[in-house]
Amino acid sequence: MGAVLFKLKQVSPTAWNSEKLREVLLGSLFPILGLAIFLSLWHVGAQQINTSLGTFPSPVEVAEQWSNLVDEHQQEGQRERAFYERQEERNAAILQENPDAEVRWREFRGRPTFFDQIATSLWTVLSGFFLATLIAIPLGIVIGLNKHTYNAINPVIQIFKPVSPLAWLPLVTLVVSALYATEDPMFSRSFLVSMITVTLCSLWPTLINTSVGVGSVNQDLKNVSKVLRLGWLTYVIKVVIPSAIPMMFTGLRLSLGIAWMVLIAAEMLAQNPGLGKFVWDEFQNGSSSSLGRICVAVLVIGVIGFLLDRGMLLIQRWVNWDKSAITR
Amino acid sequence: MKKAAQSQSLIGLGLAKATLLSGVLISGSAMALGLPEKEDLTFGFIKLTDMAPLAIAYEKGFFEDEGLYVQLEAQSNWRVLLDGVIEGRLDGAHMLAGQPLGATVGFGTEAHIVTAFTMDLNGNACTVSNDVWEMMRPNLPTDDEGKPIHPISAEHLQPVIEEYNFMGENFNLGMVFPVSTHNYELRYWLAAGGINPGLYAPQRGDTSGTQGAGVQISVTPPPQMPSTLDAGTIHGYCVGEPWNQQAVFRDIGVPVITDYDIRNNIAEKVFGVSNEWAEEYPNTHLRVVKALIRAGHWLDKNDNANREEAAQIISNSYYVGADYEVIANSMTGVFEFEKGDVRPAPDYNVFFRYNATYPYYSDAIWYLTQMRRWGQLPEAKSDDWYAETAQKVFLPEVYEEAAASLIADGLFQPEDFPDFEQEDGFRSIDHTTFIDGIKFDAHQPNEYLNQFSIGLKNDDTP
Repeated sequence: MGAVLFKLKQVSPTAWNSEKLREVLLGSLFPILGLAIFLSLWHVGAQQINTSLGTFPSPVEVAEQWSNLVDEHQQEGQRERAFYERQEERNAAILQENPDAEVRWREFRGRPTFFDQIATSLWTVLSGFFLATLIAIPLGIVIGLNKHTYNAINPVIQIFKPVSPLAWLPLVTLVVSALYATEDPMFSRSFLVSMITVTLCSLWPTLINTSVGVGSVNQDLKNVSKVLRLGWLTYVIKVVIPSAIPMMFTGLRLSLGIAWMVLIAAEMLAQNPGLGKFVWDEFQNGSSSSLGRICVAVLVIGVIGFLLDRGMLLIQRWVNWDKSAITR
Repeated sequence: MKKAAQSQSLIGLGLAKATLLSGVLISGSAMALGLPEKEDLTFGFIKLTDMAPLAIAYEKGFFEDEGLYVQLEAQSNWRVLLDGVIEGRLDGAHMLAGQPLGATVGFGTEAHIVTAFTMDLNGNACTVSNDVWEMMRPNLPTDDEGKPIHPISAEHLQPVIEEYNFMGENFNLGMVFPVSTHNYELRYWLAAGGINPGLYAPQRGDTSGTQGAGVQISVTPPPQMPSTLDAGTIHGYCVGEPWNQQAVFRDIGVPVITDYDIRNNIAEKVFGVSNEWAEEYPNTHLRVVKALIRAGHWLDKNDNANREEAAQIISNSYYVGADYEVIANSMTGVFEFEKGDVRPAPDYNVFFRYNATYPYYSDAIWYLTQMRRWGQLPEAKSDDWYAETAQKVFLPEVYEEAAASLIADGLFQPEDFPDFEQEDGFRSIDHTTFIDGIKFDAHQPNEYLNQFSIGLKNDDTP
């Protein structure tokens, strides 16, 4: 889909000719063909799978569940309006009885709908990823520049890199509840736990790729900067970072992908608000619509992951000095 | 206490009359009770039909009538829920009756948890897998129509267990939490049928509860029971609704006995809060109990006339979430055993009748006797200890005050509640019947324990 849109954008209206048209058609044909084959395989395959909750949901049922989820979101909006109406009536009655009475107006605290959960997950993953980047890039530059620092830190990286989010989670949960015990917290604990788990699991690709990118600065560039007697900081900013950017972004995109996967798992396990909790709640419900709703969540998770990656790609294209580099 | 409640109810009555004229109930009771100290509350629950009083109090606006703004949050298992209440993440929760008691006596997590409201009576059943049922079925006594005669004794499980053991396999059963009603019910049923469910030995760090066991009982969260049974990890389980009816609908297991037949009308779930919370927010606590009493009453009103609506409400995915048909099966006065074998079960879930919402000390004591019987309390305790512990955890005085306030509000009649002047918190000995015919006298817990052939008694230690 994204590829098609991108191609369409590249074609300026004045330059329509048969060759361009052919390119666009071919460019869109194959993605559509791929999706169509996938959907029909899904449709046929779903009927063959008999779970104890009925047959596996087909694309049509999933679409129905999607509209149910939209309905639920709207219903929650109605509840909110009803709440404010009730509150208004109640307060009016109190004021009628005693005009000096101090009435209170309060915010509606609704239950999170599917779309609220998406927003929570997105916010959490972006915060976690941002924190990971903030740690990984400076550290990556430092260990990329100095072989001895690299040797010192490398064992730690190698040990913690493969640790699963599910192993980090209990530790993070306990540490956060021990250290974060304010009365009026700015962030909820569940947010911090999810976010820190995401950070711990997703900083490694950026860290490693940055250090490799920094370490492999072209020898010619190094020589030039020596000749010019560049200061350390200027050297890093003018030479090292630009030449490490392609590697850095490869790391960042890997990190973001991992962050998104880790977040869903962490939310499922810790029952923290977000899409993971939605999936787990539906699994626990065991109703005849549960499978369909889980499928909706899976597709949404996939689409969001895809959009996140495209977003990073756009940023990469924008900052990359080598505009001819192939990025996909 | 009683005098205070009385005078308060008198003041309340006058005020309630005055405010009824202007049509605003809340300000009347607000004067009598005092405003809630905390208005934004979060309560936890587990996806089970007996969370219904919480959902009803929310949906019907009973919480709002008390000036409380409540959020209900499903919890993944009983452990997480209990920790939530202890840590203060949750203001209160739908709890197993054994949880406040277990926490207060220090089995598992130690914390002083109290309750002033019983959410329901009964509502559990034991289910076995289809394979086990096929092995049991031929040996069961049947009636003229060929249907098995209920209640089914655990004796009929004995040959099945032997066969499993003969094949070198353990016979595994699931329950939901070590101090759960289900654990004690399952153990009671097994022991009544001559099967030793095993002992706990916490003083030696053994909290698996499998010492000397003929069957292996382990913990599985309620909503996961059907899939765990389906996966073959366990061969049977004891759990609340809708997870037994779910097994029938999904054709993966057969309920063999309900807890009503094992022992009836003892507190099943309670509304638990931490003692600290109850002391810090007494008005809020009273108001929560008031709203919950109204919800319990609504659920049982006019011979369960509201049960279908209730089943509809809790079938929403943010409450229990199972299909309406599955929930309605047990909520509307029937229970389906083997597929198609639907039998009347009017008292399967009791929310208000038989003073269901009143926290009876005797119910607490029964749970404590079971903790002692299975070794969760490894040392013998005096009869006085049982009564004192019950009084530390169950707070009928809060309930009485809430009830008085509801009567003053004109919403309830004194007949709706036990006669508080006379009530000592002990149910009559004949109130509860047990599958093995043994009578429970809450005044003499040690003597009660001495009557069992399986389980700890006197000075036994596991």
